[in-house]
Amino acid sequence: MQFFKNVWETLVTYHSLLLEGLGYTMLIALTGTIIGLIIGIIMGIIRTIPRAKTGFGRVVQKVGNFIISAYVEIFRGTPMMVQAMVIFWGYAFIAGGNTLPLVPAGIFIVSINTGAYMTEIVRGGIISIDKGQFEGAHAVGMTHFQTMFHVIIPQVMRNILPSVSNEFVINIKDTSVLNVIGVMELFYQAEKIQSMNLQIFETYVIICVIYFIMTFAVTRILRFFEKKLSGKKNYVICGSQSDPAAEIRVMEDEGDVR
Amino acid sequence: MSDKILELSHLAKKFGENEVLKDINLTVNRGEVISIIGSSGSGKSTMLRCINLLEEPTDGKIYFKGQDIQSKECKITEYRSKVGMVFQSFNLFNNMTALENCIRPQVTVLKRKRADAEKIAREFIEKVGMSAYVNARPSQLSGGQKQRIAIARALSMNPEVILFDEPTSALDPEMVGEVLAVMRDLSTTGLTMMVVTHEMQFAREVSTRVVFMDSGVILEDTVPEEIFTNPKEARTREFLTRILGTN
Ligand SMILES: Nc1ncnc2c1ncn2[C@@H]1O[C@H](COP(=O)(O)OP(=O)(O)OP(=O)(O)O)[C@@H](O)[C@H]1O
Ligand SMILES: [Mg+2]
Repeated sequence: MQFFKNVWETLVTYHSLLLEGLGYTMLIALTGTIIGLIIGIIMGIIRTIPRAKTGFGRVVQKVGNFIISAYVEIFRGTPMMVQAMVIFWGYAFIAGGNTLPLVPAGIFIVSINTGAYMTEIVRGGIISIDKGQFEGAHAVGMTHFQTMFHVIIPQVMRNILPSVSNEFVINIKDTSVLNVIGVMELFYQAEKIQSMNLQIFETYVIICVIYFIMTFAVTRILRFFEKKLSGKKNYVICGSQSDPAAEIRVMEDEGDVR
Repeated sequence: MSDKILELSHLAKKFGENEVLKDINLTVNRGEVISIIGSSGSGKSTMLRCINLLEEPTDGKIYFKGQDIQSKECKITEYRSKVGMVFQSFNLFNNMTALENCIRPQVTVLKRKRADAEKIAREFIEKVGMSAYVNARPSQLSGGQKQRIAIARALSMNPEVILFDEPTSALDPEMVGEVLAVMRDLSTTGLTMMVVTHEMQFAREVSTRVVFMDSGVILEDTVPEEIFTNPKEARTREFLTRILGTN
């Protein structure tokens, strides 16, 4: 059949372009998600700083919280494709025609876009942690930052992992919009290939399948880690109850809890 | 010779219009074990939480060894490390093992070396009889076991005072004894303790002083024998009759 023949030929002829695109897509999606998560955590820590005592501190806090809210609203309320254009050409405008290197620009755009979503995800995660965890930490003398770093954020991370995985999958797909500034991700490569082989349908079917394989594989892998991290809820106590000298150990049950 | 460690002076706390503490005056000497009793809503927890600054007093002062704890010179985290707190709901860190719960605060707040902190933590965990469970996570412990670890965590900071807010109220009856036994032990070590409790027998036998609170004020403050055999105020008598279920 003609279709399969064309697909095969495209794969053989352009596999290096496709692989390059796949590589950039994964690189940008992964680093963008990680940096976005870090942004979200930092914003979450800043937003939960206890109310300042002095008037000046309170003003700084108000302004800070306003900026964070504005950041979240603006980046969630506009398309990433438009953000990419505004940031890329905005930089060129300010820098007198110099443009940003493409891949770092792509990572930057995806990072701050994801950061806006992560800020909300982390906020939800922090709110869902029991108040007693904060009080326990404060009562032993931990500062706000220590409380967040040692007690709260580790628990938040565990709780929000499914949302973070979800963001990663979304980013794999959404990096395709970066073609508007010429980042050589997978969609950009497809455009380039179809302009050469003139097989529009076949080319896009190929990258469609590649996108699906990427998101499917990533979803499965992350779900595996989520399961691992959510931990074994059962446990067994090994040791002897009649012989107090025998060592008692609490062991995690090997059974799967889900 | 009495050695003042804590002093509450005209302490007041309002939640909006609700005056929960009104002009509280209380002096705590080093080594005292003070039980705080009173009916629900009388402000017992709020008073302890103000002492630890988990709540900010709206008026009055709190002095720790003569220093105003709300002054700029007093570092709140350092103060809190010296005044431990044990909660009704335990508040162990869910992301750490029992041992780590006792180590991490020492390392982060007191800047102790990990090895030293671990040694101290193990010592106190042993003291509360929980050595077998050092590697257990809070979710794997019973209420009484959690509370004993919470006490070990507080002790690991080598505090000068420990505040207990109804440490046994969330426990099943058969676990109350194990926690009270630990606290009884502690009371003989010279540690200063303030204990909000509904365990009247504990208050009577273990404490050196009993404070009775009613609607945000301290109505009586005397030795246990006095308050249990010869309460001065009608409110105290009423409360004791109700809670002891006799006379
Ligand atoms: N964070 C808060 N905001 C508003 N009101 C509060 C708050 N905490 C406590 N209160 C109110 O303060 C009053 C005293 O509460 P507190 O918890 O100190 O009582 P308590 O003596 O410890 O009672 P219990 O024996 O039930 O623990 C109650 O009327 C309560 O509703
Ligand atoms: Mg209370």
